[in-house]
Amino acid sequence: MKRKVGLIVNPIAGMGGKVGLKGTDGPEILKKAILIGATPESPRRAIRALERLAGLEDALHFFTCPGAMGESELAPSGFDHTVIGSIAPGDTTAEDTERAAREIREAGVELLLFVGGDGTARNIYNAVGDQVPVLGIPAGVKMHSAVFGTTPRNAGELAKLFLQGKAVGTREAEVMDIDEDAFRDQRVSARLYGYLRIPFERRLVQSVKAGAAGQEDTVVRAIALDVVSNMEPDCIYAIGPGTTTREVMRVLDLPNTLLGVDVVLNKSLVASDANEAELLEVIEGKPARIVVTIIGGQGYLFGRGNQQISDRVIERVGRDNIIVIATRAKLFALNGEPMLVDTGNETVNEMLSGYVKVTTGVKEKLVYKVCS
Amino acid sequence: MAKKRSVVYPYIPNSVAATRSEMLEKTGVKDVEELYVGIPKKLRFKRPLKLPKPLLSELELKRHVSGILGKNKSCEEHLSFLGAGCYQHHVPSVVDTVINRGEFLTAYSGSNYSDMGRFQVMFEYVSMLTDLVGMEVAGFPMYDGSSSGGTALRICARVTGRPEVLVPETVSPLRMKVIENYCRNSEIKAIHRVSCHPDTGLIDLRDVKAKLTANTAGVYLENPSYLGMIETQGREVADLAHENGSLFAVGVNPMSLGVLAPPGDYGADIVSGDTQPLGVHMNYGGGACGFVAVRDVEEHIAELPALMTSIADLEEGEGFGFTLFAWAERLSYAARENAKEYTGTATALWSTANAVYLALMGPQGMKDIGETILQKSHYAKKLLAEIPDLKMPFPSTHFNEFVVNFDGTGKTVSQINAALLKRKIFGGKDLSEEFPRLGQCALYCVSEIHTAKDLKKLARALKEVIA
Amino acid sequence: MSEETRLRNYHAQVWDEPLLMDKSVKGQRGILVPEAEKEVRDAVGEAKALIPSNMRREQSPDLPEMAQPQVLRHFTRLSQMTMGNDVSNDIGVGTCTMKYSPKVNEALCGMPQMADLHPYQDESTVQGMLEIMYKTRDFLREISGMDEICFQPTSGGQAVYTASSIVRAYHQAKGEGDKRDQVITTMFSHPVDAACPATVGYEVITLMPDKDGYPDFEALKAALSERTAALFITNPEDIGLYNPRIEEFVKLVHSVGGLCFTDQANANGVLGKARAADVGFDMCHFNLHKTFSSPHGGMGPGCGALAVKEHLAKFLPVPVVTKEGKRYGLDYDRPDSIGKVRDFCGNAQVILRTYAWIMSLGAKGLNEVAEIAVLNNNYLERLLLAVPGVTESYGEGKVRLDQIRYSWEKMTADTGVTSEDVERRMTDFGIQAYWLSHHPHVIPEPFTPEPSDSHSKEDIDEWATVMKQISKEAYEEPEKVKSAPHRGITRAVDESAMLLHEECIFTYKKYKKVKAEEK
Repeated sequence: MKRKVGLIVNPIAGMGGKVGLKGTDGPEILKKAILIGATPESPRRAIRALERLAGLEDALHFFTCPGAMGESELAPSGFDHTVIGSIAPGDTTAEDTERAAREIREAGVELLLFVGGDGTARNIYNAVGDQVPVLGIPAGVKMHSAVFGTTPRNAGELAKLFLQGKAVGTREAEVMDIDEDAFRDQRVSARLYGYLRIPFERRLVQSVKAGAAGQEDTVVRAIALDVVSNMEPDCIYAIGPGTTTREVMRVLDLPNTLLGVDVVLNKSLVASDANEAELLEVIEGKPARIVVTIIGGQGYLFGRGNQQISDRVIERVGRDNIIVIATRAKLFALNGEPMLVDTGNETVNEMLSGYVKVTTGVKEKLVYKVCS
Repeated sequence: MAKKRSVVYPYIPNSVAATRSEMLEKTGVKDVEELYVGIPKKLRFKRPLKLPKPLLSELELKRHVSGILGKNKSCEEHLSFLGAGCYQHHVPSVVDTVINRGEFLTAYSGSNYSDMGRFQVMFEYVSMLTDLVGMEVAGFPMYDGSSSGGTALRICARVTGRPEVLVPETVSPLRMKVIENYCRNSEIKAIHRVSCHPDTGLIDLRDVKAKLTANTAGVYLENPSYLGMIETQGREVADLAHENGSLFAVGVNPMSLGVLAPPGDYGADIVSGDTQPLGVHMNYGGGACGFVAVRDVEEHIAELPALMTSIADLEEGEGFGFTLFAWAERLSYAARENAKEYTGTATALWSTANAVYLALMGPQGMKDIGETILQKSHYAKKLLAEIPDLKMPFPSTHFNEFVVNFDGTGKTVSQINAALLKRKIFGGKDLSEEFPRLGQCALYCVSEIHTAKDLKKLARALKEVIA
Repeated sequence: MSEETRLRNYHAQVWDEPLLMDKSVKGQRGILVPEAEKEVRDAVGEAKALIPSNMRREQSPDLPEMAQPQVLRHFTRLSQMTMGNDVSNDIGVGTCTMKYSPKVNEALCGMPQMADLHPYQDESTVQGMLEIMYKTRDFLREISGMDEICFQPTSGGQAVYTASSIVRAYHQAKGEGDKRDQVITTMFSHPVDAACPATVGYEVITLMPDKDGYPDFEALKAALSERTAALFITNPEDIGLYNPRIEEFVKLVHSVGGLCFTDQANANGVLGKARAADVGFDMCHFNLHKTFSSPHGGMGPGCGALAVKEHLAKFLPVPVVTKEGKRYGLDYDRPDSIGKVRDFCGNAQVILRTYAWIMSLGAKGLNEVAEIAVLNNNYLERLLLAVPGVTESYGEGKVRLDQIRYSWEKMTADTGVTSEDVERRMTDFGIQAYWLSHHPHVIPEPFTPEPSDSHSKEDIDEWATVMKQISKEAYEEPEKVKSAPHRGITRAVDESAMLLHEECIFTYKKYKKVKAEEK
């Protein structure tokens, strides 16, 4: 019985980068890119990832889209594939991507691979949510989402392990989307869009002096328990967006807004999905703490996906009352790079920079660098 | 004057001058000093270490060290009745042969591929030990019987989420030092001592009942107890504990389990102890080899801090192998601070000795040795009971050790033991400071190595000494 | 050099040896136990009757029944399936300081005046044992610069646990026990430097390395407060770099009232070259089964000798070995002691081997040990950095001490072959599997060799040649490496039980049950 895998290639993703344009969302930008001489990047990336699956030709059956959206990349490979969908070849749109993803999911794939950037990730998310594991093969310019393998080759490796059933679990990873218009106007505004479920390699290390990585959910729970056990009475806790912070709400047995900020006082819910104004109001005159985690693949602590916790909120609460939580796995995924803050306010950014103690478990902290 | 030879060290092959130079050259360095540039000059140790002149030849070394060891009197040439947690038994020659195999002796942390033999031995040890003690799961051995007891208690606390434990008052004070230190600032906030009946030494069930509360994580019992008696109320304590939502942990002497019921049979959730009696020389206490064993209950196994290995299928074809770690998230290696206590090097070579020992003994051997020990120790007790002025304060049956009271003699145990020493006898351990309420008492231990002649010699010696 | 080193045409013994319990034959006996003499039996009766009826073992334990030669053969075969230092090149097993354990020391350990001593014997009967413990104490005091030594801990981990207990007692005695609830350690220190303080109740704060791989000094500043009880740090860390600012670290922690402990599992390169006490540390430890040659035993027994400065000596576990005139003794009367961390005095036979080893080398010899260990490591470094795909972590251009953590990251990116694949392939050449790294794998695809003082240049050349060969295979025929081992003791094992506890089978009984259900 062959295992079913999906492949969607966004043929125009990444075209903007090499010619100096920031992405290719929107037909106008795309036309401009092609005029300057941009060539498609995605097919090459797709093929590099597929190369890592060599040897599994007898075990896998691909479901993909017509033409440049997958068929042409799979044709030269040894993989059996079914082309589904009713997308006419030619310039593809976001709607095409979403429809393709839905149809491929309905075909019953175990894993959906896609080549693209944040935009494509957003499309896939719209279509499938967390209903099927997804893995991004990076090809776009901007990669704020955390749903991609580090390189096309690594994405292929991870897919291979996952499809071979080799001790690879799944975990949720952020889908981010930068506001494109704001971006080209020199302003940055990123939104936390949602969470895809991606394969997550639990490394098997064959040496008696080391062990396998801690199970993500056990660690996340431990962190949440530590936060809750240290909660003080009559103190406001603004719980930022993210999956690690979500667990805090779960431990408290309170409803949680995955993408938004919830406010807790004396272990009861005071506000759900609060915006900046609501936050400022609720912390007025009371001791308050903020509980945040890093969002997205770039390691942002503030400024990407939790802008409700604005510079004003941070100033009111004060640096010492910010509780940063993250699993060590997430911190190490930053590869030694510092956590980032971008509140739009230089003074606040400065205040937040330096070193922060990140809660990584019960009575366990890691000192990590923060930069603006 | 003849020149002294320049030194090449047999254990350091590259100390040959030519090799050293060649390696320096290939490393691109003129002097080894250059390799220490990373250490700040200020922190460099500048003078030579003040150590004795070395004994460079093996002949001189052996003579020197064996000369010092020669000042010791061992239990080979002396008749010893010491027990109290470390026991003299016959160590089969095959056991010593196997653990002196260089491959086992000098292995460490190779993989489950390169060291499959070691892993298989460990699996076999765990299989036999768990069956012997009536449990289902155990890990690599831990340090000793007392720290294993401490771990057992902390497991009770972690599993139940409760902060207090009950421990009998007859547990050795030295053991309590280990347990108390281990439980300080841990999941355990209080250790309550439970009284034992003054006339039997067995645990007082009424006091257990009285002390069991909603905060009690577990009840710990030793069987045989430190004072030697066989505890008969295991089932009752188990029931009381379980009714209270607490766990029941038992500390054992595995040598007794060929004839005594394993704690698994009377309701224990956790069993701990020291397997030194099973084929390991005493080594002045260096033979200690602790263990903690639990039932096949996920929540309990999850709390074991030890390294464990699982048998596994091969990916292709028939046969089996072993995993490097099993259920690795528990371990300090994987989880660092989040781990269950800590783990690492412990006493693995002794577990190899245990495995060989149990394989040689088999079920019948364990039964035979248990019976021989029972009969001989009861015979010794009988002989000593016949000596006027000596009292046997506890009528309860015992396994290998029993308490002897010397109050009637007007002499202290210390004096008596000193006199016995002159007769090349190590008398039983002095309990008078550990348990002042018992008066001038000593703990006499008998093993299968004692002949009837030896026991009569003891009786005669004591008679002379107290006269 | 390595070009001339030939690769062995090695093949492991493949015994396909069944499990012990499957070799049982009903009725066979491995060893007989003397029966109690007739007069004994007559005096006390049946053994069974001596046990209360409810405490008798009813069901025989499920032990195998085997004759003696069969037992010997089984375990001897299993020993042939284990790559101890006696038989194979184990340079790869870094931070463990694999070195030659002199056989003369084993002979000494076998003497009854060592093996058959009971720990509670009268002091007058163990003066030789106590003398050895006391003299070894003096040696370690000199080597560490500290004032008192405790040999009770069985391992490095237990030594760190003991140090953690002492930190707690120290602050408690000053009335600051509750206030000081944090211990600081670093990511490249041994995992027990985090787990042991946690075991005694501390919150542990870990410092990440800075961009050069040293513990981040600025991070230390951010982590320190009046809640700091102590710093627990391994130095040099596993990557082989001696922290040049270590003295500042210690001063800073002392300035807020914290204690400083250094984990000296990696002492082999600094014996006689630098002392923990001179840096300002309050406590340190040594692994006698690593640095000081006592055999590793397949994971113990060992000894983690804890060395402390005068102001902490009163907290040490009892008993402490003493000397008055010519008389050695054991002091249990120490009111401030933390109690005990383990039964009896510790692993006396390990102390004996340490004594003998140090006596065989002397000061010059220990210097030689350190220098050769560092030279060996630097020599190996040159060879390994010439192997395609190998990179070094951090410390570019810096000189390392006794070990280095390398990375196959580049080779993995180029070929897909991982460090674990290499680990399995290397045993095909008759060398012991290497050690990757402590967890977490901050350095990707790691391996950490340590060519200690008893490895020869030929051993090192051989080791490097094997790495070179495997790298070549990775680039030319990666499948060969990924599907290893080919000439090993066993074939690929299904390791899902490492992570999925439902898959774990810990005993023979369960194994049989699972196999029966599969049918």
